[in-house]
Amino acid sequence: MTEWVNVILQGVLIGGLYAMFAAGLSLIFGVMRLVNIAHGDLIVLAAYVALLVTQGAGLDPLTSLILVVPIMAAIGYALQRGLLNFTLGEDLLPPLLVTFGLSIIIQNGLLELFTADSRKLQAGAIEVETFQVMHGVWVGVLPLIQFLVAAAVIAGLQILFYRTALGRAFRATSDDQAVAQLMGLDTRHVFAMAMALSLAIIAIAGVFLAVRSNFDPAIGPARLIFGFEAVIIGGLGNMWGTLAGGIILGVSQAIGAQIDPGWQLLAGHIVFLAILAVRPQGLFPKVSG
Amino acid sequence: MPDPLLEVRAIDAYYGDFQALFGVSLKVNAGEVVAVIGANGAGKSTLLKSIAGMMQPRRGDILFGGTAIGAQPAFSVVKHGIALVPEGRRLFPSLTVEENLKIGGQSRRPGPWTLARVYELFPVLGERRDQPAPTLSGGQQQMCAIARALMANPRLLLCDEISLGLAPIVVRDIYAQLPAIVGEGLSLIVVEQDIAQALKAAAQVYCLQEGRIALHGPAREMTRERISAAYFGV
Repeated sequence: MTEWVNVILQGVLIGGLYAMFAAGLSLIFGVMRLVNIAHGDLIVLAAYVALLVTQGAGLDPLTSLILVVPIMAAIGYALQRGLLNFTLGEDLLPPLLVTFGLSIIIQNGLLELFTADSRKLQAGAIEVETFQVMHGVWVGVLPLIQFLVAAAVIAGLQILFYRTALGRAFRATSDDQAVAQLMGLDTRHVFAMAMALSLAIIAIAGVFLAVRSNFDPAIGPARLIFGFEAVIIGGLGNMWGTLAGGIILGVSQAIGAQIDPGWQLLAGHIVFLAILAVRPQGLFPKVSG
Repeated sequence: MPDPLLEVRAIDAYYGDFQALFGVSLKVNAGEVVAVIGANGAGKSTLLKSIAGMMQPRRGDILFGGTAIGAQPAFSVVKHGIALVPEGRRLFPSLTVEENLKIGGQSRRPGPWTLARVYELFPVLGERRDQPAPTLSGGQQQMCAIARALMANPRLLLCDEISLGLAPIVVRDIYAQLPAIVGEGLSLIVVEQDIAQALKAAAQVYCLQEGRIALHGPAREMTRERISAAYFGV
């Protein structure tokens, strides 16, 4: 019995990481209807940036976030302003194609620079620390930190979107670009800020991914899939739904893995397909006003 | 005679290959109310959009307070002091009434119009400040759209068919607020199909017909015959 409690708990905690993969994706689609195929590869890019920062500045991975987050945010702003803004329009296809190309470029660029060697960031003793929640049930400290950070990021996004001027600008620009310009908003800048924010979240997710498990240039697309699944399960437009989606995906994978290790990913995909078939709008979609 | 606040000089406006305005010129003096009338498709909205910067004229100039703004995009034009109340209201559906008003003030131009002042002008907006914008009635949405434009503290307010789709009594109530709006020295261009309201409110009238100015002059000199001739192109 306690075995299952442990399994589900692990699933919940990794759900936080999946929710962080998903939050940036959902944000960008919500604000500018852009599906970023390179999203997973950008997470891997963040992991490599963290690798350089930890090696170059001698910082531990969690502290390196102080540098990695602004670096990734700046990359996001430049990427949107310099490239992706020109793909936005009535058609959904150009951003898909361009970000698909970007995905390939990032993967091969990383391969050239870092080789295909598997890497991992070392966070020290915290990686294996656990504490006992109740008899027979243990929680890892790092997974718990990951989950709490994910919840904090999602809460932060909610506050940003609904209580700040920038959030208002995001929502207005997403509603009606032309009239948003009449308000004095330079929509090129608004979109670039949204991408910078998305990449800042990606930076956090990338560092946690790099500490948790091995990474190499090719693992991006799989992270993209998990992010997509979490967003779709949770429902578009609702950040807390995305967290729920991540948790459901994590728990499904954990239960699948417990039944048979080979079933881990399959279990997640089956649950995703089931929800897509039965309730395509997701479990907690935001009701459009 | 002081320079006009707004001077539109012989602009041509196109939607792709379709020419919507042919050498249109217009002047608005500071503190003046100008009415632009014309049938559907005459080019009234195109004219306002060109002034507001939503479209750039292919030929001709637009001068505002002496500065050339014809080539500037809408978000710069707002900063110069021109605000547009778009045709069909076009409030932001994801935002509440108050959020729509706050985003109207995004450009942070200094001036007399604040949230408090706007709620004084249209009290019903204050009562419904936290409601999503689409839940308001047509007349209330129109008031919200006007208030949102005022929050930008413009020197020139452009109103595109604010009577559209509203009951006559509601239109009367909204137009009754115009003196309060114009009183502080704000200039106004009112585009209307409802000629009676436009003529009552305005000092100068321009009539557009198929993209050209067919008639212009002081409102009090306009007879029904002259307007009909210009409006319908007889």
